[in-house]
Amino acid sequence: MPDVRIINVTKKFGKIVAVDNVSLHTYDKEYFSLLGPSGCGKTTLLRLVAGLIQPDEGEIYIGDRLVNDVPPEDRDIGFVFQTFALFPHMNAWNNVTYSPKVKGFDMKKAETIGNEVLEMVKLHKRLDAFPNELSGGMMQRIAVARALAAGAKLLLLDEPLGQLDAKVRNELRYEIRKMAKDLELTAIHVTHDQSEAMAISDRIAVMKKGKILQVGTPQELYMNPKSIFVAHFIGESNFLEGYISSVSNEGVAIELRSGIKVQATNKNIKKGEKVVLAIRPEAFIIEKGVKKGKNSVLGVIERVTFEGTNIRYEVRLENQDLVVVVKPSLIGEWFNISEKVTLTFPPEKAHVFTYPEVGLREETSVE
Amino acid sequence: MLSSKKSVKYGVYLTAVIVFFALVLLPPILGIIIKWNTMQQVLNQPELMSRALSAIENSFTVALLVSALDIITGVPMAWLITRGKSKWLNVLDTLSDIPFIVPTAALGYSLLLFWSKPGGVSSLFGTSLVSPGWLLVILLHFAFSYPVVVRVMVGALLDYKREYEQASRTLGAPPFTASRTVTFPILKPSLIASFILAFSRSISETGATMMVASLLENGNYVPLFENGATFIQTNLGPNKEITGAVVFASFILMILSCSIFIIIRLLGPRLKMPIRKVWPITERKLSYSKAASSRNAISLLVFFLLVLIPSLFVALPAIQAVFGNTLAESLGGGGIWGEYWQSLLLSYCLGTVVTLLNIVIGLPMAIIIARRKFGKTTSGIFDILVNIPLIVTSAALGASLKIFWESFAIVPEIWLLIFAHLCITYPYLVRSMSAAVERISEDLEEASRTLGAKPLGVFRTIILPLTKYSILSGAIMVFTRSVSETGATLAVTNLRTAPVVIVDWVRQKVQATPLEIGLGCGFLILFSFIILLALRLIVRGKGRY
Repeated sequence: MPDVRIINVTKKFGKIVAVDNVSLHTYDKEYFSLLGPSGCGKTTLLRLVAGLIQPDEGEIYIGDRLVNDVPPEDRDIGFVFQTFALFPHMNAWNNVTYSPKVKGFDMKKAETIGNEVLEMVKLHKRLDAFPNELSGGMMQRIAVARALAAGAKLLLLDEPLGQLDAKVRNELRYEIRKMAKDLELTAIHVTHDQSEAMAISDRIAVMKKGKILQVGTPQELYMNPKSIFVAHFIGESNFLEGYISSVSNEGVAIELRSGIKVQATNKNIKKGEKVVLAIRPEAFIIEKGVKKGKNSVLGVIERVTFEGTNIRYEVRLENQDLVVVVKPSLIGEWFNISEKVTLTFPPEKAHVFTYPEVGLREETSVE
Repeated sequence: MLSSKKSVKYGVYLTAVIVFFALVLLPPILGIIIKWNTMQQVLNQPELMSRALSAIENSFTVALLVSALDIITGVPMAWLITRGKSKWLNVLDTLSDIPFIVPTAALGYSLLLFWSKPGGVSSLFGTSLVSPGWLLVILLHFAFSYPVVVRVMVGALLDYKREYEQASRTLGAPPFTASRTVTFPILKPSLIASFILAFSRSISETGATMMVASLLENGNYVPLFENGATFIQTNLGPNKEITGAVVFASFILMILSCSIFIIIRLLGPRLKMPIRKVWPITERKLSYSKAASSRNAISLLVFFLLVLIPSLFVALPAIQAVFGNTLAESLGGGGIWGEYWQSLLLSYCLGTVVTLLNIVIGLPMAIIIARRKFGKTTSGIFDILVNIPLIVTSAALGASLKIFWESFAIVPEIWLLIFAHLCITYPYLVRSMSAAVERISEDLEEASRTLGAKPLGVFRTIILPLTKYSILSGAIMVFTRSVSETGATLAVTNLRTAPVVIVDWVRQKVQATPLEIGLGCGFLILFSFIILLALRLIVRGKGRY
């Protein structure tokens, strides 16, 4: 069964370390996403699994087989490219039946497979169409069908929705996941779109600068980010700088700028340490006027943006830090610019991280 | 593109079209039609007609055979250059260009020395390994057309989107199957283009062919093999008058060349490559280790043994000449060298004038074709028509041109020579430029216009900087082609360019020692190297030219 094990894999291009001593295990029949900003090494890692490039160090196993020296055609994979890579000189039918043919299946079997996969992507009526006669969404459906026709149990998808418009992208991502699940495939999906990864993945690996920062379910990554970057990249976070003023059994007390004191539940941080507090925009409770209480901070609404589902407030705190608060637009009262408000957050919803050596800006940079 | 005013813009384009018809396309065609009646001379001499037809048949047989061999051997070489992993491949890439820029007259003599004369490879066997004749003509044509195929295919493979091939591999195709069923079918237009270029180079070459196709016996040259180009050359009158035989051969050559070209253009896109059937086991064996190494070894062997070493063999007597008195004599300009230096000066001045004229009249035509300025159909027709001078035998073209200009105007000999070279080299610049302009997204031009640039500004700030390397490479192709042109030069004028002088030395029309011939060729090659080097330096890091 095609679980994929990547053990201490490194890949360099000249002086650039694209994949830096990465280890990862994706399980059989799992829909797994590699998520990260452009240039983080996620596509390189996927191409290493596909055998399109070879690792400089480390081992890659597909199932029980060490595949480091196995060419792509013998890895028993299906690969979907961001640019579709449909053969322009072949129509949809010939594209889809290409794999059964080159693998030496008899014509009848190739035709059966072709019909099945075209039916699956609902394009059996366009089998005579050449790639330049199809829309972006159709092309990617054919590309997926072609990869499925290879009969492989491991499907590798390199930003498969990157070139499609938003509406098609949203539809197709669920279709791809459904097909992978129905066919009991293991899928590794590369994307830089965190909402896409969150929506379709069983688990996600977040990558930055060739390294994997955290692996977990979408909920785990969102609720318990293990680093400032993951807190920043998955969803949205407000970052407030401060020092640990005391440590107790309940958690830690943090003194923000201008002496504002708040509490969080993290325990593994020493007194006096410089920290960054990460709070999700939707974790704040926002109330009109001045309210005193635990983890309450005063502020003034500086900007209001109506986003349809949500309303987004930018609030200038009394210590001059700026935070974003997001509230459902159809629930609760709305606030106006210049209005004084009190923001409160539960201690368990605040994540405390040691202040990064490289600075907060560099740590959260996606460049 | 050149001005906001429509009248000015279309005035420039219209002038370019008129100049193209008046100087490039019509003169060679009308020249033949004017002397139509002289063909009666040939029709009354069955023996001469049969000789002419046989020569023409030889032209096409050699061109087809050589172009096919070029594709068979040049494509694996281009593959090796673009896909190999050795650091030496850059050197190989440069080496593969050398025969391309060595003037064919020097190349012809070099091959003659290598295959036929004592001191070449023949000395290993104690006898002339390949005597002048059909086989040496094939070897010669192979040597100068092979680099054309390699160059075009290297460019095509570098531009090719590797993802198609990678997709094929992930779908289960071994490398051989992936390239056979995906890469080369996608690159079919480049394969056809390289075939046409190799074919046209073979059809039109004259000077070097004359050297290797005949044997010197008792002071006379006995033709052992005759093709269309050499037939036209030998049938010109004593004062280069156009005889019925020349008109007849030129006419048939032009008609057949154009027909073949049109057939290839029309049928090429419909040509289906055999991709339906796959032989997984055999193709897998052909994909790996032994088969791939053997293919690379054969490619290298063919290149070094049949192309590079024979092309540069003339360097041996040239080096000998450098260490003897010949170099000093040559630099002194005495004896035969006076005429040589004059001819060299004429060749390079002519090359420069022709190049500049080509840029002036060729650029607007390139834009007309690339940007379909006169509509899709008309621009498409121009796209085909500009190739005609490329596919017509230069000797036939020269002969026809001479008839045309002598019939309509008194044109000084030097202008006749310039017109002939302009006609032959025009397609090189237009082709290179139109391809470059086509690669530039029209969005860039539109962006520039929205930012306030006038059409001339767009041309100056966007088109020109982005195409300067293509202009340069096109210009250098024009220049080197003009410098090495022999057939048309011989047909239109008594003025003697460097290749004409070399041909006369080799054919002993002018007494020259082997060292002198070697040195004469050596100078030509040296200047060609300098041009190649300049080209490499100027377009360094730009990937392709």
